[in-house]
Amino acid sequence: MNAVGKIKPNARPFYQKYSAGQLKEALRKMYLIRRFEEGAEEAYMRGLIHGTMHLSIGQEGSAVGATMALRNSDYITSTHRGHGHCIGKGADPKLMFAEFFGKEEGYCRGRGGSMHIADVATGNLGANGIVGGGLPIAVGAALAIKKQKRDDVAMCFFGDGASNEGAFHEALNMAAVWKLPVVFVCENNKYGMSVPTERSMAVANVADRASAYGMPGVIADGNSIADVEEAIDEAIARARRGDGPTLVECKTYRTRGHSRSDRNRYRTREEIEEWKARDPIPHFEAELMAHGLATEAEVNAIRNSAEAEIAAGIEFARLGTDPNPAEVTRDVYSNEAA
Amino acid sequence: MAVEVILPRVDMDMATGKISKWHHKDGDKVAKGAALFEIETDKAAMEIDAPADGILRNIVVSEGCTAPVGSAVAWIYAEGEAVSAPAPAKVAAAPVAPAATPAAAAPVASAPAANGEAPRATPLARRMARQAGLTLSAIAGSGPRGRIVAADVRGAGEAKPAPVAAPAPSTGSVQNLHVPGSFEVIPVDGMRRTIAARLTESKQTVPHFYLSVTCTLDTLLATRERLNASAPKGAGGKPLWKLSINDFIIKAMGAALQKVPAANVTWAGDSILRHKSSDVGVAVAVEGGLFTPVLRAVETKTLAAISAEMKELAAKSRARKLQPSEYQGGTTAISNLGMYGIEQFTAIINPPQATILAVGTAVERFVPVNGQPVLATQMTATLSCDHRAVDGAVGAELLQAFRSLIEEPLLMLA
Amino acid sequence: MRELTYAQAIQEALAQAMDADPAVFLMGEDIGVYGGAFQVTGDLVHRYGEERVMDAPISELGQAGVAVGAALAGCKPVLEFQFSDFATLAMEQIVNQAAKLRYMLGGKVNVPLVMRFPAGSGTGAAAQHSQSLDAWLAHVPGLKVVQPSTPADVKGMLLAAIDDPDPVMVFEHKLLYKMKGEVPEEPYRIPIGKAHVARKGRDVTVVATSIMVHKSLEAAETLAAEGIDVEVIDLRTLRPIDTATIIGSVKKTSRMACVYEGVKTLGIGAEISARIAESEAFDYLDAPILRLGGAESPIPYNPELEKAAVPQAPGIVEGLRNLVRGRL
Repeated sequence: MNAVGKIKPNARPFYQKYSAGQLKEALRKMYLIRRFEEGAEEAYMRGLIHGTMHLSIGQEGSAVGATMALRNSDYITSTHRGHGHCIGKGADPKLMFAEFFGKEEGYCRGRGGSMHIADVATGNLGANGIVGGGLPIAVGAALAIKKQKRDDVAMCFFGDGASNEGAFHEALNMAAVWKLPVVFVCENNKYGMSVPTERSMAVANVADRASAYGMPGVIADGNSIADVEEAIDEAIARARRGDGPTLVECKTYRTRGHSRSDRNRYRTREEIEEWKARDPIPHFEAELMAHGLATEAEVNAIRNSAEAEIAAGIEFARLGTDPNPAEVTRDVYSNEAA
Repeated sequence: MAVEVILPRVDMDMATGKISKWHHKDGDKVAKGAALFEIETDKAAMEIDAPADGILRNIVVSEGCTAPVGSAVAWIYAEGEAVSAPAPAKVAAAPVAPAATPAAAAPVASAPAANGEAPRATPLARRMARQAGLTLSAIAGSGPRGRIVAADVRGAGEAKPAPVAAPAPSTGSVQNLHVPGSFEVIPVDGMRRTIAARLTESKQTVPHFYLSVTCTLDTLLATRERLNASAPKGAGGKPLWKLSINDFIIKAMGAALQKVPAANVTWAGDSILRHKSSDVGVAVAVEGGLFTPVLRAVETKTLAAISAEMKELAAKSRARKLQPSEYQGGTTAISNLGMYGIEQFTAIINPPQATILAVGTAVERFVPVNGQPVLATQMTATLSCDHRAVDGAVGAELLQAFRSLIEEPLLMLA
Repeated sequence: MRELTYAQAIQEALAQAMDADPAVFLMGEDIGVYGGAFQVTGDLVHRYGEERVMDAPISELGQAGVAVGAALAGCKPVLEFQFSDFATLAMEQIVNQAAKLRYMLGGKVNVPLVMRFPAGSGTGAAAQHSQSLDAWLAHVPGLKVVQPSTPADVKGMLLAAIDDPDPVMVFEHKLLYKMKGEVPEEPYRIPIGKAHVARKGRDVTVVATSIMVHKSLEAAETLAAEGIDVEVIDLRTLRPIDTATIIGSVKKTSRMACVYEGVKTLGIGAEISARIAESEAFDYLDAPILRLGGAESPIPYNPELEKAAVPQAPGIVEGLRNLVRGRL
C-alpha cells in the first residue's frame, strides 16, 4: 500500500504494521502538534492569548506514538502538557486554538483554556491542571469499560513528577488489583518543573515502580515514535485481553521551559542542544525516507499542509465569539436552576 | 467584695438613662453619699450618690453613654481589694457600643441623629414606625440596651390612637427647603424631644376648650405694696419676702380649686381623679425649653411661703436640677407671659392635668364705672380645660372663683 | 406504614437504585462482606455481587478519582467514605475534578456520582472521626450537598442524588443511623434544594441541619410549655440553599436562629444569616440573628466534653428563650 516502494525487510514491526498513508498521517500529526505549539507561543508573545501554557515541543514522538493504536472509543486522560495527546487522539487544532483564545467555539467554550482541553467525542476526558489528577480518573474510566464489558482501554498520560504523587500509587494499585484495562504512559522529560528526576526519585526509572503493583513496567525511547508505538501496542493488547494494566515510560525531553515563565536556570544549553539533535520529527522523517515510505517532496508537502492548517486555525480562533460575562455561572450544574 | 454601682431608676417611665457626667474617675476615692455621677433623663439631670466608701473602679458606662435601668455602671472596691475585670459582658459590653456613636455622628450636622444618639431599634421596629409615622426617638425601647422592638412600636401606636398623619419630617427634607449655610442645625436633646412628644400628644388627643376672664388688679396691687412694705427684716437686713403678682396668682388658683373641687381633677382614662390638695405647676422658661415645677398644697401655704418656694424651684429649674418628685403630679398649671407684655394667649394642657391657666400682662385702661371712665389695672386670664374631665360650667366656676380672689385678695384669708 | 431505621432506609434506596439502573454501583472501604463500618450496605454484596458492591483499597483519593472517571464513562458510582473526616484525603478529586469538570469542559460532560459521608460527633471517636465538614464542601460550586435528617428523607434524597447528573455529597449523621421512622416501600424522590418545615410556629424560625433538627424539635416542645411557639426548618440541602422557604418563615416570625453541628465560625449559619440580612426578610427582623454551632475546637474524647462541643437541646432552649424574650 505504500506510495513509494517496498519496505526494507529488516524494518522494525512499526513500519511493517502500518501503511505508508497511516505513517505519513502520523508525521502530519507530529507536525500539527509542533506547529500548533509554535503558533500558540507566537500568539502568546503577540498578546493575543493570556494565561500560561505548557509546551511539549520535543515530545511529539511519544504523544503520537502512544495514541496511534487507539480507537475512537478508547479513553485518554491527559496532563497540563497535553496538546500533543489531544491532537494525537484526533482533536481539531482550530477548535483547540479557539479554546486558547477563550472563544465560545473552543472545546470548552472558553471556560477551560490550555490546561483543560478535552474532546469527549474523541474519547479525550481532558487535560488536567493537577499533577496526577488524571490518574485515578483513567482508572475509573477503565472500571466503567470493564463493567460495560467493552474491550476498550483507558490510556493515562502523566509525567515523571506525577509518579511522586500519592494519586499515582493509589491509581496503579487499584488498576492492578482490579485488572483494569489501563495503559499508564509516563512521559519522563527529566524534570518536574525544575527538579531533575535524580533528585526526586530513588529509583532510576519510573517503570521500575510498576513491579510494586504487580504490573509490567516498560521503557521506550520517547523520541522515537516507532519505539513508543511498539511498547504501547503490546500494553494495549494486554489491556484488551483483560490481563490488566501496564506502565510504559517514554524517555523524552521538552526543549522549551516548563511554562511561559520558565527562565531555564536548571539545565544547560548543551543539554538542550543535545536533545534538539534527537528531535523526534526529523528522526521519523529520515526513517520514513530510509524505508522508502515517503519522499522528501511528500514530507515537504505534509509540513506545508500542517502549517496551512495551523494558520487557518489561528484565524478561525481570532474571529471566534467571546463568551458573555453574564453567563459566567453557566454549566456549573447540568440543571441551570440549581 | 466590691459594691456594684447601678444606674438607678429615677423616673417613672424610665427604661434607660444616659450618664451625662462622672464626678469621679477610675481610681478615685469616693465617699458614701457624695455625688458620684449625673444621669440625664428625658426631663432633667439627676445626681446619683456613691453607694459606699471606697475606690471607684471599672467604669463601664462612660460619659455620654446610655445603659438600661438597673445595670451596673461601675464598682466601688474597698481600699486594697483586688480589682477584677469589669464583669459580665452583658453589661460591660453593652454601653461600649453607643460610645462610638456620638463621636462619629457629632461632626455630621445633617445626620438624622443630630443629637449624636441614634435610637437603637430592630429592622422590624424601624419599618413599623416608618409605616405608622411614628418617630423612633419618641418611643421607649424595652430591649437590651434600650433597643426598640416591634412590641414597643405597637404599644406606642396604641397609646396614640391618632398618630401624626404625615411622617415626621426629616432633617434633610426640611434643610432642602432653605439655602445651605443660611441656618444653624440645633440638635434635639432629651428635653426638647419630651416637650415635642408630650405637647403633640396633648394637642392632638386632649379636647381643649378655652375660657377667658378679665381681672381688675388695683386692690391686689395695693395689698401687695402694703405686705411688702411691712415685711420684717431678716439677718442681713433684707426683707423676709418680696411678693410678686405671680405669687398671688398661684395662691388664688390654689384657693379657687378648693372652692370648685370638680375642677381639681386629672384624667386617668377610665376614671377621673378628684384631688384633695391644690398642687399647682408653674411653667419656668429655661435655656432651650421649659420646666413646670409643682407647688404642693398651695391652699395651706402663706403667700410668703409660696414666694420663697417658687424662687427656689425656679432656680433649680434653670440649673436643671429638679427632681422628678418636684415636677410630677400637679393638678393644674399656670403659664404667665405677662412679663413679656403678652395680653392674652392660650396654653396647652399638660396631661393628665385637666386645666392650665394662661396669664397675660397687667394693663391700665379706662373702664366704665357707673357711666364714668375710671382708670383701672387689669389682666386677662385664659383657662384651657380638658373637656373629658372638666365641662364648661365647671371651668367657668373655677375662673369666676379665681377672679374673685384676685380682685379681693383678702378673701384668700377667708 | 412500616418503619425502617435510617441505615435501612439508605440500604433500601441503594438496592432500589441498583435494581432500576445497571450503571449504579457501590464502592467503599469494607462495604462488602463486612457490611460497612455502620452496617449501611449490610448484605447487599450477597444480593448484588462484588462487581456492584465493591470493596476498595484504603485509598480515598484514588476511590474518589475512580468514581469521577467511572461517572465520566457512563457509570453512576455511589462512593461510601468510612468517615466524613476522610474527605480530607480526597479533596483533590472532589474539589478540583468532580466539582469542576463539567464547567471546565464547557458543559460537555456530566459527573453523575454520589459520595456518602458518615459524619458528626457523639460516638466517642474523637477529633479525627467526628467532624462535620459539610460546609467545606458546600463552599464549592459544582457540588450539591445534602444532609437528610430522617429515614424517609434519606431514602428519597439518596434516590434523587443518584438520579442527579451532577456530583452530590450526602452527609449522614452517625447518630441517626439507628433512628426509626416511617418509610414508604416504593422508590420515591425528595427534591434536592428544598427545605422542609418540620414544625410550624409563630415566634421564632430555627433553621437546623441533620441531627440538630431533632434537638431543635425537642427544644421547641420544651418552649411550647412556656408559650413560645418555635418554627423548625430542616434545611436538608446546603447547596443549593432553599432561601425562599427561610425568608418566608422569618417574615412571619421576625426572629431567626441557626442550629448546626459544624464549627460555628464560617459555618452554614453564617451563610443563612447573611442571606437573611441581604433579603427582604431583613426588614422583618425584630431581634438579632442567633447562631448555635459547634465549639471552636476539635471534637474531644471525654463524653461530657464531647457533648459540650456541639449544641444540645437545653442550650438551644436557653438560646431561643433569650431570643424570643428580647434578651439578646
